[in-house]
Amino acid sequence: MAEERITADQVAHVAGLAKLEFTPDQLDMFTGQLEKIIGMFEELDAVDTTDVPVTSQVSDRRNALRDDVAVKSNDREALLANAPETANGLIKVPAIIDESGDGE
Amino acid sequence: MDFFNQDLTSLHADLVAKKISAAELAKATFENMSKTDAKVDAFLGLNEDAALKTAAAIDAKGINADNLLAGIPVGVKDNIVTKDLTTTAASKMLENFVPVYNATVVDKMNQNDLVIVGKTNMDEFAMGGSTENSAFKVTKNPWDVSRVPGGSSGGSAAAVASGQVPVAFGSDTGGSIRQPASFNGIVGMKPTYGRVSRWGLIAFGSSLDQIGPMTRTVKDNAAALNLIAGNDVNDGTSSKREVPDFTAGLTGDIKGMKIALPKEYMDDGIDPKVREIITAAVKQFEDLGATVEEVSLPHSKLGVSAYYIIASSEASSNLQRFDGIRYGFRAQDVKNLEDVYVRSRSEGFGDEVKRRIMLGTFALSAGYYDAYFRKAGQVRTLIINDFNKVFEDYDLIIGPTAPTPAFKIGDEISDPVTMYMNDVLTIPVNLAGLPGMSIPAGFADGMPVGLQLIGKSFDESTIYKAGYAFEQATDFHQATPDLGGAN
Repeated sequence: MAEERITADQVAHVAGLAKLEFTPDQLDMFTGQLEKIIGMFEELDAVDTTDVPVTSQVSDRRNALRDDVAVKSNDREALLANAPETANGLIKVPAIIDESGDGE
Repeated sequence: MDFFNQDLTSLHADLVAKKISAAELAKATFENMSKTDAKVDAFLGLNEDAALKTAAAIDAKGINADNLLAGIPVGVKDNIVTKDLTTTAASKMLENFVPVYNATVVDKMNQNDLVIVGKTNMDEFAMGGSTENSAFKVTKNPWDVSRVPGGSSGGSAAAVASGQVPVAFGSDTGGSIRQPASFNGIVGMKPTYGRVSRWGLIAFGSSLDQIGPMTRTVKDNAAALNLIAGNDVNDGTSSKREVPDFTAGLTGDIKGMKIALPKEYMDDGIDPKVREIITAAVKQFEDLGATVEEVSLPHSKLGVSAYYIIASSEASSNLQRFDGIRYGFRAQDVKNLEDVYVRSRSEGFGDEVKRRIMLGTFALSAGYYDAYFRKAGQVRTLIINDFNKVFEDYDLIIGPTAPTPAFKIGDEISDPVTMYMNDVLTIPVNLAGLPGMSIPAGFADGMPVGLQLIGKSFDESTIYKAGYAFEQATDFHQATPDLGGAN
């Protein structure tokens, strides 16, 4: 049997890196689908890319500079209107450490 | 009213002659939309009150006789931010998000007196090729409402094809303007990377994304691109090159134009009925005095794999910003900050978005970066070299836009690899940053088939010139779908 390209444990690890969590059923589904997609990627292995440079962008600009002048930015009130929870003009978040004591 | 019998030129003449006011045009547009969109579901949100006010203000000021788009109602894809108008990217994550600024293209629309009538449906965060990945509704193809409109700009394409608006704007990362244009029998342009500012386009794959116009005719499309193109201080990748008048070369004369047809675009992976239509299009170009010769883009087939590594990697990075803290969806009953991140993202994103984030995070993770992300970047170079070689000898590349006409709703949504292969003919163009346009080229079993025109970097003009000549010699763009008497 061919070596598995990606295991459910690896998928769970990657989910952790991506700040996602899956139910066991979802983990099964994503593992199967990622296995198939990564299987497709293996066609790239056959391509000889010795000494071929990497293209990471296709813009015709090199540096995009502007004068260092302060400009008016977005309105604070308007920005805060989109925040899920605010208090005293600040964005409110839950405690960083789980109050039950078993947080990471 | 619908826009089946009018183009921008005739609408503009009516507006200038005061046969109709911008306010009357906007009102008639909304009246038609209320009937037609009940069948098509192209729009996620309407902008009726503001649009009617804008139109009245344009009337008060007077229609600018030099601006073909003054007073024209348009649709805008819902991943392009509009100040004070809800912008969701078709995601539960942004269900209640009201932007505090306009995308640069939206500022340009406002400055040029366009009337934004609503925000169009799409695949969530522009990830998909059928618009079935929208968190809110499934848009139907106006030519057959049991079929998908394509995607991710499926709402914009269906809105134009069903005669609801004469112009809609979409975005294209791997084919998201051209493939739905093909599926809906309309004209869709993905400009050269850097031609149009991406400021205010909700980021998916930042080295690939471009905004472009979707219209019923080539001339309308060229006029719309004129309006949104150009350098923008807010987008450091937007080009400083001069923007030509894209309508200037529309003469119908393409004698002596050298056109290439890649053999990889006509192999047995392409539906025979699509190939037949493209073969007829080749003959049409020859009849118009162009020469068409077969060439090879040997690495183009690898584009799908390279793209799904590169685009997913960029997406996994871009979508880190959606964390439930500053804006967007936040999960309820969370215990701590980590919980806010994980639960908000897990509940706020749909499956396709999660799949791309997972793929990208995997491709960038320790131990896999060289095998996937770096390798894909090298293959991208080979794909660019293939195009450069062909463009040494040819003015334009043509081929099909998509391997098949529109498929049935529900047919491919559970099979990601099959869905991804729909982009095989459009993806190489994004990887190389080139301009590409789909125009109507015929029908297969009643469904539209698009012809793709690919140009040299920053040479949209040649694409428009060739597209216009083809359009003038054919009548495919004049066909309209029958929505059961809705119009």
